[in-house]
Amino acid sequence: MNDMLERLKRDFAITDVSERQPRMTTIKVARENAERLIRELRDREAYTHLNFMTCIDYIEDGIFTLVYMLHNYEEKHSLSVHVDIDRDQAEMTSIHTLWAQAWTYQRELREMYGINFPGSPRIEEDFCLEGWDQIPPMRREFDTKKFSDERFGHREGRHSEEPRQHMKVTLYPNRGGDEK
Amino acid sequence: MSRPTSTGHSAALDFAQPEPVDLSSGKYVKLWQGPQHPGITGNMSLELVLNGDTVIECKTHVGYLHRGFEKLMERRNYIQNFTVVCRIAVPEPTFNEYLYSHAVELLSGIEVPERAIWLRTLNLELMRMASFLMWIGGQGGAFGQYTVANWTLAYRDYVLDLFEEMTGARIYHMYIVPGGVRAGLPEGFEGRARSIMDGAEKLLDQVERVMFNNVVFKARSKGLGIITPEMVDPYGIVGPNARACGFKRDLRKDEPYLAYDQLDFDIITGTDSDAYERAYLRLQETRQCISLIRQCLDRAPTDGAFQADMPNVLHWKVPAGETYVKAECTRGEYGYYMVSDGSEYVRRVHVRGPSYTHGIAVMEHIAVGNNIADIAGLMVSLHTYPPEIER
Repeated sequence: MNDMLERLKRDFAITDVSERQPRMTTIKVARENAERLIRELRDREAYTHLNFMTCIDYIEDGIFTLVYMLHNYEEKHSLSVHVDIDRDQAEMTSIHTLWAQAWTYQRELREMYGINFPGSPRIEEDFCLEGWDQIPPMRREFDTKKFSDERFGHREGRHSEEPRQHMKVTLYPNRGGDEK
Repeated sequence: MSRPTSTGHSAALDFAQPEPVDLSSGKYVKLWQGPQHPGITGNMSLELVLNGDTVIECKTHVGYLHRGFEKLMERRNYIQNFTVVCRIAVPEPTFNEYLYSHAVELLSGIEVPERAIWLRTLNLELMRMASFLMWIGGQGGAFGQYTVANWTLAYRDYVLDLFEEMTGARIYHMYIVPGGVRAGLPEGFEGRARSIMDGAEKLLDQVERVMFNNVVFKARSKGLGIITPEMVDPYGIVGPNARACGFKRDLRKDEPYLAYDQLDFDIITGTDSDAYERAYLRLQETRQCISLIRQCLDRAPTDGAFQADMPNVLHWKVPAGETYVKAECTRGEYGYYMVSDGSEYVRRVHVRGPSYTHGIAVMEHIAVGNNIADIAGLMVSLHTYPPEIER
């Protein structure tokens, strides 16, 4: 494991190596080296399973952190590969040629965060949100309450009774509210 | 057939999307199966292009019950999220409860008492059994075996009775909480659970005779939707779908969690992952559940704490960090990726459900070339739940 990490530091300039829990190591790599690194991990280091691909929005730093979780079944070890990309020019190299399900994650990330993956199949197609015309909803600045108020308007809550009074007056008027 | 351990990644595998067909040629028909269709698992739909009865293109559409769980979780504190997570996989809420709780515990450094570990294991295995019973009914129904569907769905209700006793609820139990579980077992529970397990054993024998020896079921499911070993890693196939083609992978054995390292069981595998093989494997795994539940009942401590000392959950700040926890649900690897920034609110939660790849990339690939009448059975045989795709 250490040999591999040393080699990755040398060849791909990975940084921020940390083992935050047993059997899982987190590494960070620059955007331009990411696709090459992930391909190397898959083909040479047996990280053949892509658990998932996701994004964390650090709006305060102006970056999106893309997370590629890779798993090695033989070593029973996971690598969490972090890649920071600019929030204002959210674009990343596609890995759809590496895993058959990767394009689905990329399509979702485009819809939910507005990150583009040029060349990824069906990237323009809607994933969950048909006809969405707002900013991508998983971005931190998207305010769900404000959107809901503007789109659907204010709706009065349902009429409700104070339970004790309701029992006394309506449900058990002959028993003076004593339901025993 | 030698048992594969890793598929490697063959350059020959082509992940290219199919070329769109010319619908105006009059040779093809486009047909939507779902979102309201008995042959669809939950609310999703398949956009099928047919040439005669044969499917030549399949696209999966999700989003019909999208409720933005991951977004909701970013706006609620840790204990409030607890009521959200169980709704991500309706037939298997318990796995969400366990993984969410476990992720929070790992980040906070909370140790769960021994008794709670056993009760969680028991709860998860009961959940697995209920889910498999529902699935067997669904698979039988998709091929016209409604007797089997009625039997197993009715019997699932006995398992839900056990949940009601154990947790107070039948579907969304909210039993596994950060720090442990909400309660111990009620008096007399063990005897009632054992009696239901005895009945389930007999039921599964009947299901095997009626469903798996049925000539129609065999004819329609054998050779349907074959998953080859070469597909497993590139498509991220996990659980029974991968085990049915020989992959000996099960997180309960490979990376044991809870009390699984103290339980006696083997990983069940098959040879050719077609709809029949997958169904038979799940039947065997349901039997295995009965054994695991009995072992839990034998060995679970009956006294001691079931909840760790917790901070005030209304003002709970979880230390900054990142974790990925996973468990073997009925469909394979279910995972929660959680990032905390040290505040009262979770920074990011990503829910990794096995249906994400089984329901989209795999389904779109293996549906092509099949008869339209078999698509419902094929869909069920992959065992997908749409809410965990759209989260």
